[in-house]
Amino acid sequence: MVFDNAYEAITEENDSRWAFGTGFTDPLEGVDTSVPSGVDAGELEAYCLMLGDDALVFSHRLQEWCTNAPELEDEVAIANIALDLLGQARLLLARAGERGEDSYAFFRGEHEFRNVRLAELPHGDFGELIAALLVFSTWRLALLRRLTESRDPVLAAIAAKGVKEVTYHRDYAAQWTVRLGDGTDHSRERMAAGLATGWPYVDELFTPHEIEVSLAASGVAVNPAESRAEFDEVLAQVLRAATLDVPEVPGIPGVSGRTGRDGVHTESMGYLLAELQSVARADPEATW
Amino acid sequence: MTATMPDLEQQFEQTIERDQRIEPRDWVPEAYRTTMIRMIAQHAHSEIIGMQPEGNWITRAPSLRRKAILLAKVQDEAGHGLYLYSAAETLGADRGELTAKLIAGKQKYSSIFNYPTLTFADVGVIGWLVDGAAICNQVPLCRSSYGPYARAMIRICKEESFHQRQGYELLMTMMRGTEEQRRMVQDATNRWWWPSLMMFGPPDADSSHTAQSMAWKVKRHTNDELRQRFVDMTVPQAEALGVTLPDPHLRWNAEREHYDFGDIDWSEFKQVVSGNGPCNAQRIAHRRKAHEDGAWVREAAAAHAAKLRERTA
Ligand SMILES: [Fe+2]
Ligand SMILES: [Fe+2]
Repeated sequence: MVFDNAYEAITEENDSRWAFGTGFTDPLEGVDTSVPSGVDAGELEAYCLMLGDDALVFSHRLQEWCTNAPELEDEVAIANIALDLLGQARLLLARAGERGEDSYAFFRGEHEFRNVRLAELPHGDFGELIAALLVFSTWRLALLRRLTESRDPVLAAIAAKGVKEVTYHRDYAAQWTVRLGDGTDHSRERMAAGLATGWPYVDELFTPHEIEVSLAASGVAVNPAESRAEFDEVLAQVLRAATLDVPEVPGIPGVSGRTGRDGVHTESMGYLLAELQSVARADPEATW
Repeated sequence: MTATMPDLEQQFEQTIERDQRIEPRDWVPEAYRTTMIRMIAQHAHSEIIGMQPEGNWITRAPSLRRKAILLAKVQDEAGHGLYLYSAAETLGADRGELTAKLIAGKQKYSSIFNYPTLTFADVGVIGWLVDGAAICNQVPLCRSSYGPYARAMIRICKEESFHQRQGYELLMTMMRGTEEQRRMVQDATNRWWWPSLMMFGPPDADSSHTAQSMAWKVKRHTNDELRQRFVDMTVPQAEALGVTLPDPHLRWNAEREHYDFGDIDWSEFKQVVSGNGPCNAQRIAHRRKAHEDGAWVREAAAAHAAKLRERTA
């Protein structure tokens, strides 16, 4: 854009970018999306929805922070993390199947969402946000790193992109955990309270769903149980630097053993989806 | 040898005269410093308050692509606020103090953000008209006499131009959609058109700051010149879109080679500027709450930094 001539740059009529080409296209355009041999397409779809819904739903909670962050630098950082996760969600939902990202995001019922419950928990304050982000990103980073070895080239590529992003997310959360834990007495209390709120949902992250087990056996997915030791080690290290203790609270059970991965969520999920899906559902014929 | 006051003033005048840039360590008259801080702070506040009306729609955006575009845009506005507060700090202002003035109602921000966003079409119309008007106002500021402000504006204008295109593209898509979507676009255009024209400020005859700002080359065009440019540029875009701008007096004047347009309701403008628009109280209360809710976090960061300094000392 030429600045002495900006008015013309804006009004130029024959520039097709002006109205149509903003650079956002099908994220998997040009990638071979055929299902690898010996893999059940239904299982692959379910698995992509699990990881995609984790990102979509947690991103939604981060989007709620927009205009509410404690400082402008955090406004930018949190939006950035939300954008990264939204990008991962779009790739994973696109990989899930022909139905398309928007159909999955806006026209599934609550019981069809497969995200872990940690992702959907509302954040009462910045301490809860940082605790949830620390846990979520430490877990997801360990998982995505292993997923880069997936036999499905699409998942492996999505994971490789995600590893770079989530490394930054974890770093941001770890830094704030240390600042809040080793800041003032008040911030230490609130950071500890935030950890106590999220911690009951940690066990669920490492409890493999039968589809994860089955796809892990064929080299496509990752069994999350394998990452527990890495998670515990990282958390212990960060919390030590933050002068905080690893919370000792029991894991929160699901309903008859069914949790987020099975489509059984917390009460907050219905409100989250009501908001996420409201405009899209008001006029299902609309194009956006 | 120390320069005497008249020398310094002469140097300042010459820098302006030669169209060179004033830089942070240059001597400037106190009135120039005050004017620049006021201008830059108001602009920074506008970026930050401006996140609210569109931020209102992020969690409800009806497609994931639109959600990503909107989230990235609102994030850009936070970035604009950051560069601008930094530019104000080069003149000796302090971001915390400027924020305190904003939430105490002692410094202004662009009144356009005191209108509500009522449908998702508002997101597109804000991109098209509000970012569009902002560009008309801001492109000439890329040549402002104050270097850090001018440089911030170059970066900001590039992004605003992208926002405008994205907003317009959303509207184009909606106009090709359902009847209800076309109704939403027209309704949003009706609501935002006149407030957008007011973004250029009062008519030249009533503008208190214009003359001095023009002389110092912190501003390059008058309010009315910029407003006319905006109208001239927007009318063909509205035609291409297929919406009607809500002004029966809008027509091409071949003699002037500009569009004539109807009278702006300056009483509404004055009311909103003086604090009583549809959302003034809400916007400030929201900003104040975020700032106050974050106080313990900022205190913790400061306390932690002090502990680190102590440990390494
Ligand atoms: Fe901006
Ligand atoms: Fe903008």
